Amino acid sequence: MSRALVSVPPRARRGEVVEIRAMVQHEMETGFRPLPQGGFVPRLILRRFECDYDGATVFAADLHPAISANPYIAFRLRATRSGELVFRWIDDRGAVREERAAIEVA
Amino acid sequence: MILRAPSRRLLLAGGLALAAAPFPARATPEAARAAMRAFAGGAEPRRGRVELDIPTLVENGNAVPTVVRVDSPMTEEDHVVEIALFNERNPLPDIARFHLGPRCGEAWVSTRIRLGDTQTVHALARMKDGSVWAASAELIVTLPACIEG
Repeated sequence: MSRALVSVPPRARRGEVVEIRAMVQHEMETGFRPLPQGGFVPRLILRRFECDYDGATVFAADLHPAISANPYIAFRLRATRSGELVFRWIDDRGAVREERAAIEVA
Repeated sequence: MILRAPSRRLLLAGGLALAAAPFPARATPEAARAAMRAFAGGAEPRRGRVELDIPTLVENGNAVPTVVRVDSPMTEEDHVVEIALFNERNPLPDIARFHLGPRCGEAWVSTRIRLGDTQTVHALARMKDGSVWAASAELIVTLPACIEG
């Protein structure tokens, strides 16, 4: 299983905008890398990233081969309620990698 | 590492060999413009509101730190719906599309991108009212992504 690292502040005030960072281990094989015998290494990238929080997908990204290996994505989020953030990465074959982190909102 | 030899040969042989080498075709500024037109969906992208923070001199094209910030209140009525990044000289013009909403609180994204050559990178943002805002940055890449695999 690939490693995923997510950074979510453990506590926030209600209404506060916090920074969320997510990184996952993945080669992001572009499909443009030539093989010595001709042809190219087949493409296999994470094409979708999603973050669910408080009942909805609050941020998502469509990724292309121009995103670096071990994709790093950071964004901002308004803390509304204590609960869990669910991070999801989906690859070209539909395989899903999920990671969770809790936030306490006072 | 097995790809070191071809890349050196390419460097020595120069432009003609590059054109004949088994590398995929590069995107062109025209392809980037077409991709941006498709994103804008009929709206005319305007300069402003978008801030693209990317180094102007890139030593390693494999991971270029890129931040986009958009001036928006991020309320239910007025917020950024999508942010997209495009390039002119990688094999494909698209880099990423970020889907945002009022619950983000701020229109800000940070990522790391691959750049295969010295080129211009564009950031576009679509607002809830359908207007599209843009910023671009020209940068020099000394070690392009993907040359050594």
